[in-house]
Amino acid sequence: MSEMIQLSDVLLFGAVLFVLSLAGIFLNRKNLIIILMSIELMLLAVNTNLVAFSSFQGNMHGQVFVFFILTVAAAEAAIGLALLVLLFRNKHSINVDDLSEMKG
Amino acid sequence: MGVEKFLFYVFVLIAVFASLGVIGSRNPVRSALFLVLAFVATAGVWLLLQAEFLGIVLILVYVGAVMVLFLFVIMMLDINLTPLKEGFARYLPIGIVVALVVLAEMAMVLNPTFFGLQNFPSPVALAVTDSNTKMLGQLLFTEYLFAFELAAVLLLLSIVAAIVLTLRRRHQSEALYQDVGVQVRVQASDRLTMVKMAPTVKANAPEQGAE
Repeated sequence: MSEMIQLSDVLLFGAVLFVLSLAGIFLNRKNLIIILMSIELMLLAVNTNLVAFSSFQGNMHGQVFVFFILTVAAAEAAIGLALLVLLFRNKHSINVDDLSEMKG
Repeated sequence: MGVEKFLFYVFVLIAVFASLGVIGSRNPVRSALFLVLAFVATAGVWLLLQAEFLGIVLILVYVGAVMVLFLFVIMMLDINLTPLKEGFARYLPIGIVVALVVLAEMAMVLNPTFFGLQNFPSPVALAVTDSNTKMLGQLLFTEYLFAFELAAVLLLLSIVAAIVLTLRRRHQSEALYQDVGVQVRVQASDRLTMVKMAPTVKANAPEQGAE
Protein backbone atom coordinates (compact mmCIF):
# COMPACT_ATOMS: atom_id res chain seq x y z
CA MET A 1 0.00 0.00 0.00
CA SER A 2 1.43 3.30 -1.03
CA GLU A 3 2.02 6.23 1.24
CA MET A 4 0.18 8.80 -0.84
CA ILE A 5 -3.36 8.93 -2.14
CA GLN A 6 -3.42 7.32 -5.56
CA LEU A 7 -5.74 8.34 -8.35
CA SER A 8 -7.18 4.83 -8.40
CA ASP A 9 -8.18 5.13 -4.71
CA VAL A 10 -10.35 8.14 -5.45
CA LEU A 11 -11.74 6.59 -8.62
CA LEU A 12 -12.71 3.44 -6.74
CA PHE A 13 -14.36 5.55 -4.05
CA GLY A 14 -16.40 7.24 -6.77
CA ALA A 15 -17.26 3.85 -8.24
CA VAL A 16 -18.45 2.53 -4.85
CA LEU A 17 -20.65 5.61 -4.30
CA PHE A 18 -22.07 5.27 -7.82
CA VAL A 19 -22.82 1.58 -7.37
CA LEU A 20 -24.46 2.15 -4.00
CA SER A 21 -26.76 4.80 -5.44
CA LEU A 22 -27.54 2.50 -8.37
CA ALA A 23 -28.52 -0.22 -5.90
CA GLY A 24 -30.59 2.38 -4.04
CA ILE A 25 -32.67 3.02 -7.15
CA PHE A 26 -33.23 -0.73 -7.52
CA LEU A 27 -34.14 -1.31 -3.89
CA ASN A 28 -36.39 1.70 -3.35
CA ARG A 29 -38.09 1.68 -6.68
CA LYS A 30 -41.44 2.71 -5.19
CA ASN A 31 -40.30 5.70 -3.16
CA LEU A 32 -39.81 8.72 -5.40
CA ILE A 33 -37.98 10.75 -2.73
CA ILE A 34 -35.31 8.10 -2.20
CA ILE A 35 -34.88 7.79 -5.97
CA LEU A 36 -34.25 11.55 -6.18
CA MET A 37 -31.75 11.30 -3.33
CA SER A 38 -29.98 8.40 -5.06
CA ILE A 39 -29.65 10.53 -8.18
CA GLU A 40 -28.03 13.26 -6.11
CA LEU A 41 -25.60 10.70 -4.69
CA MET A 42 -24.81 9.47 -8.21
CA LEU A 43 -23.98 13.01 -9.35
CA LEU A 44 -21.73 13.35 -6.32
CA ALA A 45 -19.82 10.19 -7.33
CA VAL A 46 -19.33 11.49 -10.86
CA ASN A 47 -18.18 14.86 -9.54
CA THR A 48 -15.66 13.11 -7.30
CA ASN A 49 -14.12 11.49 -10.38
CA LEU A 50 -13.88 14.85 -12.14
CA VAL A 51 -12.27 16.49 -9.11
CA ALA A 52 -9.78 13.61 -8.81
CA PHE A 53 -8.67 13.83 -12.43
CA SER A 54 -8.50 17.61 -12.21
CA SER A 55 -6.27 17.39 -9.17
CA PHE A 56 -3.94 14.70 -10.49
CA GLN A 57 -3.56 16.28 -13.93
CA GLY A 58 -3.03 19.77 -12.51
CA ASN A 59 -5.79 21.03 -14.80
CA MET A 60 -8.49 23.34 -13.47
CA HIS A 61 -11.00 22.74 -16.26
CA GLY A 62 -12.36 19.66 -14.51
CA GLN A 63 -13.27 21.75 -11.47
CA VAL A 64 -15.05 24.28 -13.67
CA PHE A 65 -17.04 21.37 -15.05
CA VAL A 66 -17.92 20.24 -11.52
CA PHE A 67 -19.07 23.78 -10.77
CA PHE A 68 -21.54 23.66 -13.66
CA ILE A 69 -22.72 20.17 -12.75
CA LEU A 70 -23.45 21.41 -9.21
CA THR A 71 -25.51 24.26 -10.68
CA VAL A 72 -27.52 21.93 -12.89
CA ALA A 73 -28.00 19.46 -10.04
CA ALA A 74 -29.37 22.18 -7.78
CA ALA A 75 -31.83 23.25 -10.48
CA GLU A 76 -32.79 19.62 -11.06
CA ALA A 77 -33.41 19.05 -7.35
CA ALA A 78 -35.62 22.14 -7.10
CA ILE A 79 -37.76 21.22 -10.10
CA GLY A 80 -37.87 17.55 -9.12
CA LEU A 81 -39.14 18.39 -5.67
CA ALA A 82 -41.69 20.83 -7.14
CA LEU A 83 -42.99 18.02 -9.37
CA LEU A 84 -43.07 15.72 -6.34
CA VAL A 85 -45.16 18.20 -4.35
CA LEU A 86 -47.51 18.61 -7.30
CA LEU A 87 -47.82 14.85 -7.64
CA PHE A 88 -48.55 14.37 -3.96
CA ARG A 89 -51.19 17.10 -4.08
CA ASN A 90 -53.03 15.39 -6.94
CA LYS A 91 -52.63 11.73 -5.98
CA HIS A 92 -51.91 11.79 -2.22
CA SER A 93 -49.12 9.32 -2.84
CA ILE A 94 -45.52 9.32 -4.05
CA ASN A 95 -45.56 5.66 -5.00
CA VAL A 96 -44.09 5.15 -8.47
CA ASP A 97 -46.64 2.38 -9.11
CA ASP A 98 -49.47 4.91 -8.85
CA LEU A 99 -48.13 6.79 -11.86
CA SER A 100 -49.46 4.39 -14.46
CA GLU A 101 -52.14 6.52 -16.09
CA MET A 102 -50.30 6.96 -19.37
CA LYS A 103 -49.59 3.21 -19.69
CA GLY A 104 -46.28 4.04 -21.35
CA MET B 1 0.53 5.37 5.89
CA GLY B 2 0.61 9.13 5.59
CA VAL B 3 -1.75 11.44 7.39
CA GLU B 4 -3.48 12.39 4.14
CA LYS B 5 -4.09 8.78 3.23
CA PHE B 6 -5.41 8.03 6.71
CA LEU B 7 -7.81 10.99 6.54
CA PHE B 8 -8.85 9.89 3.06
CA TYR B 9 -9.80 6.43 4.31
CA VAL B 10 -11.68 7.90 7.27
CA PHE B 11 -13.73 10.12 4.95
CA VAL B 12 -14.31 7.25 2.52
CA LEU B 13 -15.55 4.94 5.27
CA ILE B 14 -17.91 7.62 6.59
CA ALA B 15 -19.23 8.33 3.08
CA VAL B 16 -19.80 4.66 2.25
CA PHE B 17 -21.52 4.05 5.59
CA ALA B 18 -23.71 7.10 5.02
CA SER B 19 -24.67 6.01 1.50
CA LEU B 20 -25.65 2.59 2.84
CA GLY B 21 -27.84 4.50 5.29
CA VAL B 22 -29.38 6.54 2.47
CA ILE B 23 -30.50 3.49 0.54
CA GLY B 24 -31.38 1.32 3.53
CA SER B 25 -33.28 3.56 5.92
CA ARG B 26 -36.96 2.98 6.48
CA ASN B 27 -37.62 6.65 7.12
CA PRO B 28 -36.97 9.22 4.33
CA VAL B 29 -36.00 11.83 6.95
CA ARG B 30 -33.25 9.55 8.16
CA SER B 31 -32.19 8.93 4.54
CA ALA B 32 -31.92 12.68 3.97
CA LEU B 33 -29.81 13.13 7.09
CA PHE B 34 -27.52 10.29 6.00
CA LEU B 35 -27.21 11.99 2.63
CA VAL B 36 -26.05 15.14 4.44
CA LEU B 37 -23.37 13.03 6.14
CA ALA B 38 -22.32 11.58 2.78
CA PHE B 39 -22.00 15.07 1.29
CA VAL B 40 -19.90 16.33 4.21
CA ALA B 41 -17.56 13.32 4.04
CA THR B 42 -17.17 13.69 0.28
CA ALA B 43 -16.44 17.38 0.75
CA GLY B 44 -13.59 16.26 3.02
CA VAL B 45 -12.24 14.05 0.21
CA TRP B 46 -12.43 16.99 -2.20
CA LEU B 47 -10.52 19.16 0.27
CA LEU B 48 -7.79 16.50 0.39
CA LEU B 49 -7.62 16.69 -3.42
CA GLN B 50 -6.90 20.42 -3.22
CA ALA B 51 -10.32 21.44 -4.53
CA GLU B 52 -11.03 23.73 -1.59
CA PHE B 53 -13.56 26.00 -3.25
CA LEU B 54 -15.72 23.15 -4.51
CA GLY B 55 -15.51 21.36 -1.15
CA ILE B 56 -16.85 24.40 0.66
CA VAL B 57 -19.45 25.01 -2.05
CA LEU B 58 -20.61 21.42 -1.73
CA ILE B 59 -21.28 21.96 1.97
CA LEU B 60 -22.81 25.42 1.56
CA VAL B 61 -25.01 24.69 -1.45
CA TYR B 62 -25.84 21.04 -0.95
CA VAL B 63 -26.03 20.67 2.80
CA GLY B 64 -27.21 24.22 3.35
CA ALA B 65 -29.75 24.58 0.57
CA VAL B 66 -30.62 21.46 -1.40
CA MET B 67 -30.84 19.05 1.53
CA VAL B 68 -32.84 21.52 3.59
CA LEU B 69 -35.24 21.72 0.64
CA PHE B 70 -35.44 17.92 0.63
CA LEU B 71 -36.13 17.88 4.37
CA PHE B 72 -38.81 20.55 4.01
CA VAL B 73 -40.60 18.58 1.30
CA ILE B 74 -40.32 15.27 3.18
CA MET B 75 -41.71 16.77 6.36
CA MET B 76 -44.41 18.74 4.54
CA LEU B 77 -45.84 15.70 2.79
CA ASP B 78 -47.76 13.29 4.95
CA ILE B 79 -46.47 10.08 3.41
CA ASN B 80 -47.77 6.65 4.19
CA LEU B 81 -44.53 4.70 4.34
CA THR B 82 -45.76 1.12 4.50
CA PRO B 83 -46.52 0.51 0.81
CA LEU B 84 -43.31 2.25 -0.26
CA LYS B 85 -41.08 -0.35 1.36
CA GLU B 86 -42.85 -3.36 -0.15
CA GLY B 87 -40.40 -4.20 -2.92
CA PHE B 88 -37.27 -3.89 -0.77
CA ALA B 89 -36.76 -7.56 0.07
CA ARG B 90 -37.95 -8.66 -3.36
CA TYR B 91 -35.45 -6.52 -5.24
CA LEU B 92 -32.60 -6.99 -2.77
CA PRO B 93 -30.94 -9.95 -4.59
CA ILE B 94 -31.07 -8.37 -8.06
CA GLY B 95 -29.95 -5.05 -6.62
CA ILE B 96 -26.92 -6.64 -4.98
CA VAL B 97 -26.09 -8.66 -8.11
CA VAL B 98 -26.28 -5.63 -10.43
CA ALA B 99 -24.28 -3.51 -7.99
CA LEU B 100 -21.55 -6.13 -7.66
CA VAL B 101 -21.32 -6.70 -11.42
CA VAL B 102 -21.05 -2.97 -12.13
CA LEU B 103 -18.50 -2.55 -9.33
CA ALA B 104 -16.42 -5.45 -10.64
CA GLU B 105 -16.46 -4.01 -14.14
CA MET B 106 -15.40 -0.61 -12.85
CA ALA B 107 -12.68 -2.12 -10.65
CA MET B 108 -11.21 -3.91 -13.66
CA VAL B 109 -10.49 -0.53 -15.23
CA LEU B 110 -9.99 1.75 -12.25
CA ASN B 111 -7.34 -0.32 -10.48
CA PRO B 112 -3.83 0.81 -9.46
CA THR B 113 -2.33 -0.91 -12.52
CA PHE B 114 -3.72 1.80 -14.78
CA PHE B 115 -4.33 4.68 -12.39
CA GLY B 116 -1.57 4.11 -9.86
CA LEU B 117 1.16 6.52 -8.87
CA GLN B 118 3.47 5.37 -11.68
CA ASN B 119 1.03 6.62 -14.31
CA PHE B 120 -0.45 9.53 -12.37
CA PRO B 121 2.09 10.91 -9.90
CA SER B 122 0.83 12.71 -6.82
CA PRO B 123 -0.15 16.29 -7.56
CA VAL B 124 2.29 18.94 -6.54
CA ALA B 125 1.20 20.57 -3.32
CA LEU B 126 0.17 24.09 -4.19
CA ALA B 127 1.91 26.99 -2.52
CA VAL B 128 0.03 28.91 0.14
CA THR B 129 -0.25 31.86 -2.22
CA ASP B 130 -1.89 29.76 -4.95
CA SER B 131 -5.56 30.19 -4.28
CA ASN B 132 -7.85 27.52 -5.67
CA THR B 133 -10.69 30.02 -5.70
CA LYS B 134 -8.63 32.49 -7.69
CA MET B 135 -7.62 29.91 -10.30
CA LEU B 136 -11.21 28.71 -10.66
CA GLY B 137 -12.51 32.26 -10.90
CA GLN B 138 -9.99 33.23 -13.55
CA LEU B 139 -11.13 30.36 -15.77
CA LEU B 140 -14.78 30.92 -14.99
CA PHE B 141 -14.82 34.61 -15.83
CA THR B 142 -12.68 34.44 -18.96
CA GLU B 143 -12.87 31.21 -20.89
CA TYR B 144 -16.18 30.01 -19.50
CA LEU B 145 -17.95 33.37 -19.18
CA PHE B 146 -20.75 32.48 -21.58
CA ALA B 147 -21.39 29.15 -19.88
CA PHE B 148 -21.37 30.93 -16.53
CA GLU B 149 -24.06 33.34 -17.69
CA LEU B 150 -26.07 30.46 -19.14
CA ALA B 151 -25.89 28.80 -15.72
CA ALA B 152 -27.35 31.95 -14.18
CA VAL B 153 -30.21 31.87 -16.69
CA LEU B 154 -30.74 28.19 -15.90
CA LEU B 155 -31.05 28.94 -12.19
CA LEU B 156 -33.55 31.72 -12.90
CA LEU B 157 -35.50 29.33 -15.09
CA SER B 158 -35.62 26.72 -12.36
CA ILE B 159 -36.86 29.30 -9.83
CA VAL B 160 -39.68 30.30 -12.18
CA ALA B 161 -40.49 26.67 -13.01
CA ALA B 162 -40.62 25.60 -9.36
CA ILE B 163 -42.90 28.50 -8.45
CA VAL B 164 -45.23 28.03 -11.43
CA LEU B 165 -45.50 24.29 -10.80
CA THR B 166 -46.44 24.59 -7.15
CA LEU B 167 -48.54 27.75 -7.29
CA ARG B 168 -52.07 26.96 -6.24
CA ARG B 169 -55.11 29.19 -6.00
CA ARG B 170 -57.68 28.32 -3.37
CA HIS B 171 -60.94 29.67 -4.71
CA GLN B 172 -63.02 28.31 -1.89
CA SER B 173 -61.07 29.99 0.86
CA GLU B 174 -61.31 33.51 2.14
CA ALA B 175 -57.92 34.46 0.73
CA LEU B 176 -57.84 37.55 -1.47
CA TYR B 177 -55.93 37.45 -4.76
CA GLN B 178 -54.62 40.15 -6.98
CA ASP B 179 -55.85 40.14 -10.59
CA VAL B 180 -53.29 42.18 -12.46
CA GLY B 181 -55.33 42.30 -15.68
CA VAL B 182 -58.29 43.87 -13.96
CA GLN B 183 -56.00 46.30 -12.18
CA VAL B 184 -54.43 47.44 -15.42
CA ARG B 185 -57.69 47.69 -17.31
CA VAL B 186 -59.39 49.91 -14.73
CA GLN B 187 -60.50 53.39 -15.86
CA ALA B 188 -60.70 56.49 -13.76
CA SER B 189 -64.47 56.56 -14.31
CA ASP B 190 -64.83 53.16 -12.58
CA ARG B 191 -63.42 54.44 -9.36
CA LEU B 192 -64.20 58.16 -9.29
CA THR B 193 -67.40 60.15 -9.79
CA MET B 194 -67.43 63.92 -10.07
CA VAL B 195 -70.19 65.56 -8.04
CA LYS B 196 -71.36 69.09 -8.69
CA MET B 197 -71.83 71.08 -5.52
CA ALA B 198 -72.62 74.62 -4.80
CA PRO B 199 -69.50 76.50 -3.66
CA THR B 200 -71.01 77.40 -0.31
CA VAL B 201 -73.60 75.52 1.61
CA LYS B 202 -75.34 76.98 4.53
CA ALA B 203 -74.78 74.82 7.55
CA ASN B 204 -77.86 73.65 9.33
CA ALA B 205 -78.32 75.29 12.68
CA PRO B 206 -77.84 72.74 15.42
CA GLU B 207 -81.08 71.65 16.91
CA GLN B 208 -81.87 72.74 20.39
CA GLY B 209 -81.05 70.13 23.02
CA ALA B 210 -79.21 67.91 20.59
CA GLU B 211 -76.14 67.91 22.76
